[in-house]
Amino acid sequence: MTALLTLPIALPLGAAALSVVVGRWRVAQRVIGLVTLTALLGTSIALLVLVDRDGAEATQAGGWSAPFGITLVADRLAAVMLVVSMVMLLAVLVYAIGQGGEERRHVGFHSVYLALTAGVSAAFLTGDLFNLFVSFEVMLTSSYVLLTLGGRRDQVRSGMTYVVISLVASALFLTAVAFVYAATGTVNLADLAVKFTDLPVGVRQALALLLLVVFGIKAAVFPLFFWLPDSYPTAPTAVTAVFAALLTKVGFYAIVRTQTVLLPPNDRPQTLLLAIAGATMLVGVLGAIAQNDIKRILSFLIVSGIGYMVMGLGLFTVAGMAGAVFFIIHHVIVMTALFLTGGLVEQRTGTGHLDRVGGLIRTAPALALAFLVAGLNLAGVPPLPGFVAKFALVDAGIDGGWWLVVAVSLLVSLLTLFSMTKIWAGAFWGEVEPAVDLQRPVPMAMLAPTTSLVALSLALTLFAGPLYGLAERAATDLLDASTYVQAVLGS
Amino acid sequence: MTIVLAAAAASLFGCGTYLLLQRQLTRILIGLALLAHGANLLIVLTAGGRGQPTFIGTGDADGFLDPLPQAFVLTAIVITFGVTGFLLALAYRSWVLTHDDDVQDDVEDRLVARRTEAEDVADARAAAAEAAAHTSDSQFEPEAPR
Repeated sequence: MTALLTLPIALPLGAAALSVVVGRWRVAQRVIGLVTLTALLGTSIALLVLVDRDGAEATQAGGWSAPFGITLVADRLAAVMLVVSMVMLLAVLVYAIGQGGEERRHVGFHSVYLALTAGVSAAFLTGDLFNLFVSFEVMLTSSYVLLTLGGRRDQVRSGMTYVVISLVASALFLTAVAFVYAATGTVNLADLAVKFTDLPVGVRQALALLLLVVFGIKAAVFPLFFWLPDSYPTAPTAVTAVFAALLTKVGFYAIVRTQTVLLPPNDRPQTLLLAIAGATMLVGVLGAIAQNDIKRILSFLIVSGIGYMVMGLGLFTVAGMAGAVFFIIHHVIVMTALFLTGGLVEQRTGTGHLDRVGGLIRTAPALALAFLVAGLNLAGVPPLPGFVAKFALVDAGIDGGWWLVVAVSLLVSLLTLFSMTKIWAGAFWGEVEPAVDLQRPVPMAMLAPTTSLVALSLALTLFAGPLYGLAERAATDLLDASTYVQAVLGS
Repeated sequence: MTIVLAAAAASLFGCGTYLLLQRQLTRILIGLALLAHGANLLIVLTAGGRGQPTFIGTGDADGFLDPLPQAFVLTAIVITFGVTGFLLALAYRSWVLTHDDDVQDDVEDRLVARRTEAEDVADARAAAAEAAAHTSDSQFEPEAPR
């Protein structure tokens, strides 16, 4: 058990170091990266199976008992997130290797990518607030490097915005840690769950709100999302895919963790979260409609998707939370597939600007099909898993009687479909632009991960029943913090 | 004594926020460093007590300071140091590329804004033309019988 919990953090860190050592041989670096991520995928699947069977598991690093030592804990949500992230990280690594180019051949690319993996795993598995801060920093510092590896002018400009906004969030995070420690004398999440009930309501809510702002910046929710569509699209496609599909989800995971564990059920900010959810969805999709570049449209749709997840969380019911968990699984995979497809369009034609590309359905039908399936999936057209996820959320919203946010979510679905048709009409229909469409060959190593992800997203429909069952069990765990507390503190 | 430290943390936060809102990268950098210092100071404050050692010899628990916040601060300082170094390198790279210390605007954003402005202007022109055509039409129209 201990091995399963520590491996997802220790393995990529060790591999990252090894990758630096063999920096002279690119092939060796690639083998290390692929082998590590495959092993991690296996580990996390094993962890998921085990946790789903036996309930949340915890281990104390160094043998120091719970509130004092470094706690690693995996419940169903953490295990699910881990599996989904490893799938997408592996697919994107294959894609990045296939794409080649100066930035992917940079000596640091593989080791930094693995360090990012370690940070993501640590963020999912950590059981205390300060280690959450450290794992966020590991993850973000790696992402700064990946974003600016090319050192181009636009990358430096947008990287600057990204680094500055992340550092502000980190400073706020540290402040929140200080306040939490001052109020309770502990940073262990399970211990906090117990001690938070003794705090005065005002203090409790202020701390939870501060943490919501911190993670809201990282998850890109409504008033705090402005940095995302500016900074993400300038990175190379593979990197953007990881950032957009994964890093925001890590932020959302932290929101879920803190809001459910720290606040007792009668004290959770339901109305606030639902208002944020509606605004995030709507502003995200409206931003997407105004854009004219594939990657930028997709970046805004990421923001919109976060809104749906926050809606599931904000309902604070098993059905809503289960919908949110299912939505995360679907969204990570579909969004990655869409970004990779957008990258293939750029690879083929040299640009992702909708005014300049066109007629790809005739010159690259396979690409068009991949985009069509993934795009309809994101918009939530039945019977694709996007529909299942949104149906679950809407159903849960109606059950709770939150009509306004349900109406907004349905409207946003429609607008998402509209922005997908915008890409479709701009890039795939219309005249072939011979000046732009260079018809460069697309390497198999780039096409294969993209189509596998699209196929995987279709498979989600087939296994929607068992998956939704898993999501429901995860949601039950989340809403009742006592299982989490028991796993960590053992009482 | 603690009130002095708390006031120091508050002023660090205040100055940091002010500098962060400037447009020059160097000021933003210094602002971020100040913010981080403020947060670190706040963590040190949570250790409680003053002038006491964390771990020296043995004795009553009341005679010692809580060591955990110091471990936090040490970690946080190292992280801030590393990231500030990276940011400085990035600022230098930005200066090499643009010879300018100002934060640059998002180009694509401006394009979108300009496009909507252009569309507005075009719309306004079309509407004006239509209105003009309409009035000129009505000039030639025979007056409806009353």
